[in-house]
Amino acid sequence: MNFPLDERRPEETPIAIDSTTRERATSTGARNSGTGVSDPSVDRFELAAIALGGALGALARIALALALPHDSVSWPWATFTVNILGALMLGYFVTRLQERLPVSTLRRPLLGTGLCGALTTFSTVQIELLQMADHHRYGLATAYLVASVLCGYLAVFLSSALVRRVRALV
Amino acid sequence: MSAPAWIGVAIVGSLGSIARFLLDGAVSSRTSSSFPFGTLAVNASGAFVLGLFSGLALSGEAFLLAGSATIGSYTTFSTWMLETHRLGEDGQFLRGLANVLVSVIFGIGAAALGRALGGAL
Repeated sequence: MNFPLDERRPEETPIAIDSTTRERATSTGARNSGTGVSDPSVDRFELAAIALGGALGALARIALALALPHDSVSWPWATFTVNILGALMLGYFVTRLQERLPVSTLRRPLLGTGLCGALTTFSTVQIELLQMADHHRYGLATAYLVASVLCGYLAVFLSSALVRRVRALV
Repeated sequence: MSAPAWIGVAIVGSLGSIARFLLDGAVSSRTSSSFPFGTLAVNASGAFVLGLFSGLALSGEAFLLAGSATIGSYTTFSTWMLETHRLGEDGQFLRGLANVLVSVIFGIGAAALGRALGGAL
């Protein structure tokens, strides 16, 4: 049976914060895959969108990593750049798309989960921190970690605020 | 880097993202807390595996593909930051701070553990 994409049944109110992956579990416990329909199976179009965005994000990140190599005691500019850029973009996309009715069913998995999720990386940061520690560069490691978190948070904050301010004006 | 390697990057980028989506969803649908356990699970597990690959001394293109391209796409910094920000907006500042601290502690710990394991193998 097909529900219109924009229709939400009354009990499907997300009860927790929004995330890039999907609206949180509904009060009934069923997963809302973002299509507005309570759907225990995963939407294959959503997966395809994530796959495409993920491919693009990975390609961009690897390309930049190869273009800006660094050794273990230098600032990891490639990782830092993609992470802050990705955070900026995600704040923009999610804020812009989450408050738009009807819910944009494929743009969020494509741009949020896919592109920004794959463009940015958490694990690489951890390895880079360990490598800095290997060389006893604890100041560098601390600076890198703190800068990443602060700039990342600020990036999300700014792009989210910007979207809302523009929306409030129009 | 060769064309097949780039195609490999695209493919594992897709797979890593899908894996992140599925695990995050599986964990999130089982927790009622606003704390982003899904992303934490993804990031911690990814840090562990990347540490493992690092400890195994995968180098060059092998590490680039299996490590950076795959696990790098699997883990996410942007979602981590977004969720922290949204917690703050909801007035849950402590939870947001916890999200940062716990993720870092678990992330570094997992990476170190994985690296030690990889080195021992």
